[in-house]
Amino acid sequence: MSLSIIGARLIDPASGLDQLSDLHVENGKVLAIGAAPAGFKASREVAAQGLVAAPGLVDLNVALREPGYSRKGTIASETRAAAAGGVTSLCCPPLTRPVLDTSAVAELILDRARDAGHCKVFPIGALSKGLEGEQLAELVALRDAGCVAFGNGLNSFANTRTLCRALEYAATFDLTVIFNSQDRDLAAGGLAHEGPTASFLGLAGIPETAETVALARDLLLVEQSGVRAHFSQLTTARGAEMIAQAQARGLPVTADVALYQLILTDEALTGFSSLYHVQPPLRTRADRDGLRDAVKAGVIQAISSHHQPHERDAKQAPFGATEPGISSVELLLPLALTLVEEGLLDLPTLLARLTSGPANALRLAAGELMAGGAADLVLFDPTASTVAGEQWHSRGTNSPFMGHCLPGAVRYTVVDGRISHEA
Amino acid sequence: MTLPNPADLIRQMALDLRARLQARGIEAPRFIGIRTGGVWVTQALLEELGITTAFGTLDVSFYRDDFSQNGLHPQVRPSDLPFEIEGQHLVLVDDVLMSGRTIRAALNELFDYGRPASVTLVSLVDLNAAELPIRPDIAGVTLSLSPNERVKLIGPSPLSLEQQVVEPASSLQESPR
Amino acid sequence: MIPTDAKRPLQLNDQGQLRHFLSLDGLPRSLLTEILDTADSFLEVGARAVKKVPLLRGKTVCNVFFENSTRTRTTFELAAQRLSADVITLNVSTSSTSKGETLFDTLRNLEAMAADMFVVRHADSGAAHYIAEHVSPDVAVINGGDGRHAHPTQGMLDMLTIRRHKGGFENLSVAIVGDILHSRVARSNMIALKTLGCPDIRVIGPKTLLPVGVEQYGVKVYTDLTEGLKDVDVVIMLRLQRERMQGGLLPSEGEFYRLFGLTTQRLALARPDAIVMHPGPINRGVEIESAVADGAQSVILNQVTYGIAVRMAVLSMAMSGQAAQRQIEQENVQ
Repeated sequence: MSLSIIGARLIDPASGLDQLSDLHVENGKVLAIGAAPAGFKASREVAAQGLVAAPGLVDLNVALREPGYSRKGTIASETRAAAAGGVTSLCCPPLTRPVLDTSAVAELILDRARDAGHCKVFPIGALSKGLEGEQLAELVALRDAGCVAFGNGLNSFANTRTLCRALEYAATFDLTVIFNSQDRDLAAGGLAHEGPTASFLGLAGIPETAETVALARDLLLVEQSGVRAHFSQLTTARGAEMIAQAQARGLPVTADVALYQLILTDEALTGFSSLYHVQPPLRTRADRDGLRDAVKAGVIQAISSHHQPHERDAKQAPFGATEPGISSVELLLPLALTLVEEGLLDLPTLLARLTSGPANALRLAAGELMAGGAADLVLFDPTASTVAGEQWHSRGTNSPFMGHCLPGAVRYTVVDGRISHEA
Repeated sequence: MTLPNPADLIRQMALDLRARLQARGIEAPRFIGIRTGGVWVTQALLEELGITTAFGTLDVSFYRDDFSQNGLHPQVRPSDLPFEIEGQHLVLVDDVLMSGRTIRAALNELFDYGRPASVTLVSLVDLNAAELPIRPDIAGVTLSLSPNERVKLIGPSPLSLEQQVVEPASSLQESPR
Repeated sequence: MIPTDAKRPLQLNDQGQLRHFLSLDGLPRSLLTEILDTADSFLEVGARAVKKVPLLRGKTVCNVFFENSTRTRTTFELAAQRLSADVITLNVSTSSTSKGETLFDTLRNLEAMAADMFVVRHADSGAAHYIAEHVSPDVAVINGGDGRHAHPTQGMLDMLTIRRHKGGFENLSVAIVGDILHSRVARSNMIALKTLGCPDIRVIGPKTLLPVGVEQYGVKVYTDLTEGLKDVDVVIMLRLQRERMQGGLLPSEGEFYRLFGLTTQRLALARPDAIVMHPGPINRGVEIESAVADGAQSVILNQVTYGIAVRMAVLSMAMSGQAAQRQIEQENVQ
């Protein structure tokens, strides 16, 4: 199967390319950028005038819910949803059932992902057995089975020394550890950001310090152990500042933020809609603005969806009794384009945060377009619009953006030269 | 049509009432006015009769039969009956008697206070349009109106009667008279 | 700036009348005053020999209590009975949900019983809103207390107490003392006092018991009881629960009493005619001295009487607002 994409604006943040150019694909690889090689005739030609072609999006946090949570989603359904959102490579967290702490689970996920064929999946392995924070998981075995990094989700380690040992072990093998820094005790029982909105609504609060106290500790442990560290799902402006300071000190840490944290604030909770119930929580406008600045400056080099699809029942209860999470991967590109629409970022920078940025953070072979490289790309129309929910592939309909008209529309998503989504 | 002067009506009503009470051997009845117009009529009537004992005021909002259609009246005020109802002869006074439903509600409310010895019904205006078997014992004047006409008592001082036209087939009724 | 629910007036019908009673937030002053006026009339009913009026005859009121409460439950039962309604009380905490039935399904089953009104108490903030959004719109939902968020009938009965004993709100100084953080009563009271025009609302407690950003209610914060009580006209004491000691919020009941307990001495700092209120049940010797609770300035028992009248008013008004809304919708169809 071969493809020629004609007349698109080609943006490849990794190389700085941004120009009208053709692109040719053969045998799953980018054959040429620009003129077609002599004698090449594609089996399919895509007229892409007016469209933007970019590397397929790389999403570092997409819960596929399989194995173990099939009511919420399957590898097939959620990778299909990701493709609709313009994603060609994604990382799935270890919070499966059983937990992703054995190579068998990693293999199962990779097999199913391959069979479905919608998206490349790079699993994140558990840092500790069962994510319980007590015993180290078999990191090297997991690496060999395909895990690209390791994390413990929002679960804390039983004690700091155990965490430190885990980091040292990972550092031994040059493995990347993903931190979701949150102090378990400060966050315990909390449902929303501890601030005026939560106080007014009577919702138990999670203070800013739940993130910053843990971040401070984690950054120092990273420094001590020398482990490669990626800080995921930041929610506070202060936290972003701390990352910036660490980077300025020469610590090679990277960070990502959930797209919805750049758009929503805790004010959305008025009315108690469980669609806005997320962990870690939505915070204040000042936090959102601080995160936006950090994304703009590149301190936070990756934007992820933090996709968490749920069955209806999980959200059908009073706020405190619902499960946290937004089904978000399917709208990744259109929702991200609102940031361009608002003038926060220009398109090439946005695309960098969605492609080369995340890929570099976890050293993934993804997120760039170059001759000879994998033909993973997304073609979208920046002037069209997407009505969220009109077409929906994810099992989870728990998105507060349903029915909203978002800028841009994904026309084609291509993985290894195959079209995985077409609109 | 020209409407009579309430002051004239009340003078005649006082005479008729005195005669009737005497005929029935009722000596010291207590007066109760139904809010709001009935209270004004009671005041004027008692003045005419030279009676100075305290009279009661009745708000029938909680006893009306149209709650399911029209809901609660927004101007609810407490009733005030500064005397025992049990065994008491009462004179119940209203301003305009139309369907009779207000009187029905008033009687129900009074009986929740106690068992009166008797109730004499006095109305300034009788529109002869009763939907229930309720007739005044004393009426100042009986009028016949067309279906879209109403009569309203303006007060408290001076009292006057005013004719009003309502929208035909109005579903949001004013207080049923 | 208090975030308001103004864009979703779930509680009001198209004419601005009550159709649900979920929280005092967003209700105009005129509506709160109407509730108080209507409650006054029901107080008069309560003083008669026959304490019933036929207003809600034939209507079914369902008390659905997911959280245990004897006092609130019985006053709601009494209020509904005095309106001649048929009353069912379900203590759901002890039955179906413990068998795993979701709140959603419990409500569906209750709806099938053709209730006209649910009075709901639940441990989760926002539960009353959730229920109002998910039951048939014809069913009025009254919030009997949801988590820490709101207890609007308590708020209104406290306001009625103040109005009856102090005349009005314009020149008043009111102090709310104790565990504001966990108190839905305090939140409802602060909103009500602000809406009704009280110029000096004070909250008094240790930092651990004051919610972040409490100033947004338009109140002044005091952490010293002797400072906060100076010249107030009304003192509202809140109940302190035993659990607060476990959470590390307070060292002991003894220390709390020493610093924030309302003793005769401390009460003397307020105006000589100040009234003492408490939503109950009181913890003698923890937040209030027995002599004060039983003393001349205490109106705590009156609050209970006012509570029945206020609940009768709210039940009637909400049922009335539902009827009016049906009327409006029928006319729109025609």
